[in-house]
Amino acid sequence: MAELAPIAYDSKIEGNVVFTQLDAAMNWMRKNSLWPMPMGLACCAIELMASASARFDIARFGSEVMRFSPRQSDVMIVAGTVTYKMALAVKRIWDQMPEPKWCIAMGACASSGGMYRSYSVLQGIDHLIPVDVYISGCPPRPEALIEGLLRLQRKIEKEPALYNQKKALFEELVG
Amino acid sequence: MSHSPKAAISAIEAQFKVLQKVEFRGETSLTVEASKIAEICTFCRDTLGFDFLSDLSGVDHLGEDPRFEVVYELYHMAKSEWLRLKVRVSEDHLELPSVTGVWATADWHEREAFDMYGLRFEGHPDLRRILMWDGYPFHPLRKDFPLAGKPSAMPDVAFSEAAPLEGGPFVTVPSTATVKDREPRARG
Repeated sequence: MAELAPIAYDSKIEGNVVFTQLDAAMNWMRKNSLWPMPMGLACCAIELMASASARFDIARFGSEVMRFSPRQSDVMIVAGTVTYKMALAVKRIWDQMPEPKWCIAMGACASSGGMYRSYSVLQGIDHLIPVDVYISGCPPRPEALIEGLLRLQRKIEKEPALYNQKKALFEELVG
Repeated sequence: MSHSPKAAISAIEAQFKVLQKVEFRGETSLTVEASKIAEICTFCRDTLGFDFLSDLSGVDHLGEDPRFEVVYELYHMAKSEWLRLKVRVSEDHLELPSVTGVWATADWHEREAFDMYGLRFEGHPDLRRILMWDGYPFHPLRKDFPLAGKPSAMPDVAFSEAAPLEGGPFVTVPSTATVKDREPRARG
């Protein structure tokens, strides 16, 4: 009588299988390739460019693909002073970004208007767009931007991605 | 080192009516009639050789009459001479001749003066706002315009709100005192 071959075990794929939650896997994939929409409006954009360049190299954290099209972006980095003249254009670009999307307010101006307490400057991009991470500094150094990006990654890690999608789907079906 | 072009000044004085002549640290400012400014500038360029309009700016003297002033900074490239012309514009009559026909560079300067003060330069080829958006209802550099701004709205174009001054406006006091006393803070 032939010996029973062990089923449900294959030594060839052992070590290549990882068990995880779907949420965790999705978040892991999302957080490690955050493509930024560089909304460079003032001097913060120079630091943003430095972050992308060789010395600081934001590519180490998966965000090197600066997309100048909102339709291909995941995170909008609002870098600089948002004037009222520009504000609705920023909002329009944000609206063109597909979900899921996040926003980093880089620097004092984008976070709160900064030193421009004046007739022409929007007092923080959070008046128009939900902001995930605020970065202090005028302008913040590239290290600060990278820290902000890492914090955003940590935040994305904890998001109930699938739950949100299901909720949106049900709301669409019901409503 | 800049120095006043004496010959040019006396030529202008002989040709046109000069309302006021001020000398300060070797620089001369001539206040002339607003209605004649384009004519005087043409004379300065063609006859006197001031071939460059370095700057054109507006000034608001709130409480004085006439209220507004426009300052023209003229430069003579070959002789390296500066000349400052000023005209006064009253609030009831904000029109004055454009000098875009004399120096093309005046185009954007006059648009900015129009945007910020509401001065209307007659004969300007394209007198639109240059910094604020078309349709913004105020002229924000006027002295009676609040520092915080005023709310306005144009759907799909732009909007503005008054900025929170949190007890401000915050101003620096020029003095030789310590940083603690000079720093910007709310002062009544």
